[in-house]
This record gives sequence, structure tokens and C-alpha cells, in this order.
Amino acid sequence: MGEESEDHVKRRRLRERMVKSRAPFSELRRRWHARKIDEEVWDELEETLLLADVGPTTTAGLLEAVRSRVGKESLADGINEVLAQAICAQLEKNSTSRSLVFDEGTTNVWMLVGVNGVGKTTTTAKLAAREQLAGRSVLLAAADTFRAAAAEQLGIWADRLGIEVIRGQDRGDPGAVAFDAVQAAVARNIDLVVVDTAGRLHNKKNLMEELAKVSRVVQRTPAPLSEVLLVLDATTGQNGLAQAREFVARAGVTGVVLTKVDGAAKGGIVLAIESELNVPVKLLGVGEAVEDLVVFDPYDFAAALVE
Amino acid sequence: MFDVISDRFDGIFRRLRSRGKLSADDVEEVAREIRRALLEADVNVRVVKDFVNRIKERATGSEVAQSLSPAQQVIKIVHEELAVTLGGTTGHLSSSAKPPEVIVLVGLQGAGKTTAAAKLAYYLEQQENKRVLLVAADLQRPAAVEQLQVLGQNISVPVFTQPTTPEEVAVAGRQEAERLGRNVVIIDTAGRLQIDDDLMEELNQLCKKVIPDDVLLVLDSMTGQTAVDVAQSFRTQVDLTGLVMTKLDGDTRGGAALSVKEVTGLPILFAGVGETTKDFEAFHPDRMASRILGMGDALTLIEKAEAAFDAEATARTQERMAEGLFTLEDFLDQMQQVRKMGPLSSVMGMLPGVPKELRQAEVDESQLGNIEAIIYSMTPAERKDPSIINGSRRRRIALGSGTSTQAVNGLLKQFTMMRQMMRQMNGTKSKRKGGKGRRGVGIDIPGFDLSGLDIPRPPGA
Repeated sequence: MGEESEDHVKRRRLRERMVKSRAPFSELRRRWHARKIDEEVWDELEETLLLADVGPTTTAGLLEAVRSRVGKESLADGINEVLAQAICAQLEKNSTSRSLVFDEGTTNVWMLVGVNGVGKTTTTAKLAAREQLAGRSVLLAAADTFRAAAAEQLGIWADRLGIEVIRGQDRGDPGAVAFDAVQAAVARNIDLVVVDTAGRLHNKKNLMEELAKVSRVVQRTPAPLSEVLLVLDATTGQNGLAQAREFVARAGVTGVVLTKVDGAAKGGIVLAIESELNVPVKLLGVGEAVEDLVVFDPYDFAAALVE
Repeated sequence: MFDVISDRFDGIFRRLRSRGKLSADDVEEVAREIRRALLEADVNVRVVKDFVNRIKERATGSEVAQSLSPAQQVIKIVHEELAVTLGGTTGHLSSSAKPPEVIVLVGLQGAGKTTAAAKLAYYLEQQENKRVLLVAADLQRPAAVEQLQVLGQNISVPVFTQPTTPEEVAVAGRQEAERLGRNVVIIDTAGRLQIDDDLMEELNQLCKKVIPDDVLLVLDSMTGQTAVDVAQSFRTQVDLTGLVMTKLDGDTRGGAALSVKEVTGLPILFAGVGETTKDFEAFHPDRMASRILGMGDALTLIEKAEAAFDAEATARTQERMAEGLFTLEDFLDQMQQVRKMGPLSSVMGMLPGVPKELRQAEVDESQLGNIEAIIYSMTPAERKDPSIINGSRRRRIALGSGTSTQAVNGLLKQFTMMRQMMRQMNGTKSKRKGGKGRRGVGIDIPGFDLSGLDIPRPPGA
């Protein structure tokens, strides 16, 4: 019972946050009231999906799925529900579990990666807070030694949360910072180390190699690197797929965190990422507060997007 | 993925090549692919619609130029329309009558405002001899002020801040600039969502107080379809004067920022193109054309080739090629002519018929420098007849050029292969007969026979 109502709150929060992204679809629903489905309806639906950054390929696939499910004489009113089902069905094709992997009885390492400015540091802090609330002891590793004051930023968060953060020297080796943090956590029996890394564009070979090195270093410790999370800004367009592809190939990404879903941004690119790369979206950042980092649920996401 | 698109274009153009005229179906098909390419590039759906309609209208109409193949014609139309959309001219910062010049940077979270502030400061100090004061008015994000302070210190530009309100910091920053005699003030503001009314109102108030000469929207070049909404929302609150595109060193096509330009008319003034503070440049809209379509910039290439090539020398070379007398000297000559057209990677990108493997290959310009050095280290006799190059000559050439014998060997091997290919191509060409001006993908670069690139054609094409 208690859990259900918590779920309900989460759902409501997501829908409230995504109200802006939903606006175009609600607009369509009004326009389509009691109208027969014609080519114009399909065009409008396509345009709305494209505006949600779903991308031309995935949009074409979704439209086909919807077309095959609605009868010729159907009214346009019901089309949003069919679309939500189609989106949901596509997301559910992804067989990989969406829950964050945590091996009990040992120190776990989660690492956050992504391009510049997507919200890695903020997500690192939120994730730490979330796990702390769940009763786990957490240590932070400020392995972004490149961006000016990135460690200070994480440090301020850590102070607020009462979590210790291991820092290195500016421009120092991020692998060394991660290693030190994991060593310290293992020695102190801390449950989880969350590693914040520097933002890097996925087409920079040397920087991607640096990331691979950080994970190799972590793998040399007794603590398993149980999650490598790609942080993706919901305002990202079609380039998001290229980002995901490279980070999956070079950094062994195990899941996606979609951030800034509280703007007018729709984050439709995750549909393409899920279906092409089979990497699950695990978390959704829907607001500024620590509790605004929620578990990704295909049904809620689809419903909130097109309801 | 984008290479797939340009391959698709190539496929269509190859089919078009064989016809004298564009049919309505051809135009439809090309229009569909162009639409798709633009959408993949994050060009706003509505902008795409207009654009594709204009292309269709023009291509279906009677504008059939005698001198162009259908493929060339479509490329030309697309180009002209892109030029219109991009606006062509490079924008500038407003100049202020009375210093200090005040520039406010605004944008969403994570767009890169703080980094852009420091980069712009460095750019203005270095390129325009300005004396900049950076003002840290992002009091929201933890350590944003520290970040700007560190960046300012690295480039020796003073940073002003105080722990009050963004508005007060901005106003006091302006006064501080007057006191210090700095003639440009760059104000870094907190990232905000365009739907956050309170923060947008705060920005509005800040701008009313400091009366900036420029308000620049900092936009991540990887942004998708929301970019236009973002820009328009910011515009209702503050008088935006231009855009700064960040993270353009990624592989994004940057269609979103261009859509913003098309819809709002705001010029893109600057682009962030790398990790370090000096990686910042004035934006040239015309350079974006080939990037956005990823379909090759064939017309530009033709123009460049015409400008760069010495027709007489080329004719001589072609004759020698035909006779199989191509020497390393000719090779060097050709290479230098190609290099005159710009960086080789961009030249490669402009060739629609270049096979995918080649287009994807990372072109290392320094390698070209090595090749030049190796050839320059040879005697004239060696350049004419590389077969005389024995072991000791190789060592001498390697030493002279500062490379290795392996590099010399590599070049000689490539050259031999190239010469063989030329002989083969000449053989097939004489058999093929005619085909003037319709070879390859319909472009003809003097001195380069692109028909050779057509050889591995997929079956059925």
C-alpha cells in the first residue's frame, strides 16, 4: 500500500514535470476531436514526434506500428493512446533490466560518463543522496580533474549531503582519483563509490581512451564496476545516438540517465538509443531537487509523453 | 549514420546521372532524402518543410541548365537554398558608443556559458585588443563562481563577483569595469529553463539594469528540436542580439542552431570548437553547408578547383598520366594543388563520390607534410624514376626528410600502385569512349579522373 502511493506520487510528479513536453500532443487531441483519420492527421502526428526529437527513422517505425493498429474508419481521438502503446511496446522490447545493479556484500562502483554539460556532477550528487536515503554508505570520487572547479562543485554537494568526497589534483590523473576512492571505500567497508568523470565529446579518441583507462583501473580493485551510466541531456537531438554508440563501445555503458526532462525537452532520442543499442534508460532527472531523480518506467514515460 | 545518408544521396545521383532530365519522381525521391538528412541533422521540422518545398518547386520547374547534369543541378539548387537559409554574412558584436561594452551570456543549464564567457574574453583580448572584465553572476550552480575565477586566472583576465544577487553583481560589475578602465564586461549568468518564469523574470530585470550592448544566447550545438522554442522564449524576456554555438568540435551537424538563425534571424557570432580556452572562433555560416547536409559540397569544390588549378599545368599532367609517364614530381604538384583548396579532410568531405572508407578515414595533414618532405629530399632523377631508389638512397631520403625508411617505402609503394591504377583507368576509359562531363557522380575536377571512383559500384546501381 505505502509503496503504491509513493509510486503514485512519482508518477504525478513526472507528469507534472513533463506537462510542457506533452502540450503539443494535447493540442493535437483537441484538434482531432471527433475527426476521421486522414493523411493530415498522420502528417501532424509525424511532425509532433519529430519535434520530440524521436528522429526520422524511429518516427517512421512508430507511425507504421500505429497505422497497422487503427482501422480505416477510426476517429483520431484514440490515436494518442495507440501511439503511447506503440512507444511502450518498443521500450519493453529491451530485455535488459532497468534497475541499477548492486552486488550485495562488497563495495560497488558506479561511474557516470557523458559529453560536456549534461549534468554529470549534479546527477552524481543526486544519485549518492538517493542511495544514502536507501540506507547505503556512499563515497564520492571527483574524477573530473579537467573542468575548472568541478571538484569544488561536487564538494559543495558532498558537504550538503554529509558525504565524503575523494579529490585529486587539478589536471591530475582521473584513474588515480578513482583508484584512491575505491581503495578507501574498500578499506572502510563503504557500500558504494560514485565516480564523477569529466565531460568529453564522444569523437575525441584520446579522451575516450582516458575513460577506458579509468574503468580498467577500477577493475584492478576488488570492487566491481557494476554500473557505467551515460548521462544524456533531454534537449539533445539526433547526435545523442552517436554519443551513446561511442560511449557504449568505449566505456562499456550499462544504462542511460536522461536529465533535464523538466524543460520543454522531450528526450525522444532515447527511443532510438534503446532500440538500436539495446541500452536501457534507467533513471530520469525531472527536477532540481534530490528526489527528482526517478526510476525510468516505460509506461509512465510513454504516457507522460503523449497522454 | 550520416555517411549512410550521403551514400544514399550518391545512389540517387548515380541513377539521375544517366538521365537527361529530372522527372517528377526523381525530384520527389531526392526531396525525401534531403528532408531526412536535414531531420537527422536536427534542423527544425518546420524549417525543413519550407526548405524542401522550395527545393521541389525549383527542381521541378523549368530551370534546366544545359551545362549541368541532373545530379549537379540538384546539388546546385540545394546549395543555393542553403546559402539563403544560412544567410551568408558573418555577424558582429554591437559596438558600444560609450565604454564599457556590456555582453550578457544566457542559456540553458550545461550549454557552456561559463566556458564560453572565458573563451570570449580571451578571444576579445587577443583578437581585438580589448581589456575585459569577467563578471560571475551565476550564483545558482555550486562552484560556478570558482570555475570562472579559475578560468579568468588562467587567461589573466580579472573576475568580479560578490555574494549578493545576480542583478546587483551585474550592476556592480559594470561599475567595477569603469573603475578599472576595462572596456568590455562579460556577464556570466546562471543556466535556466525557458519555462522557469521566475528565473526568466530575474534575467529580464538584470538586463534592464545593466543595459547590455549584446545579449548572447549560448546554445549547445547538439541540441535538438527544442532549440527554436528555447530561443524564442528567451527572446520574449531579453533582447537577444546573437548566438554562440558551443561544442562544435563534436560530430553534431548543428542543424538546431541554424534553425534558430532561420526562425529568429539572430546571427551566430561565435563557435566553441575545443577543450582549451583558445578554441573559440568567429562563426562563418557558409562553412556549415557541407556539414549540415553531409552530402558533399560539390559545387564549392568545383569553384575551388577552378580557382586553385593551373589549367595549363593540369593539361600537361593529364597528358602525362594518359601516357603513363606520371612522376613523383607530378604527384607532388597535384598534391599541392589539392591542398590549395583547403584542408584535405574538408576536400574529402566535399566529394560526393568518394567511397565511404575514404571519407571516414581520418586525414592526417601532417602526413601530407611528411610526403612533401620525402619527395623534396629526393634528387630530380629519383623523382623522375623512383625505381633507381635503392637501400642507401632510401636511408638518405629518410634522414633528409626527418622520417623513416618505412615511411619512404610506404610512399613509393603507394605511388607505384597509383601509377598502376592510372594505367588501368586509362585503359578502360579509351574502351568506354565519350562520356564527357557525365563521369563519376557528375563532377569533374581537372587533373583528377573521378570515374575511377565509380568502379566498385554496387550491383544493380
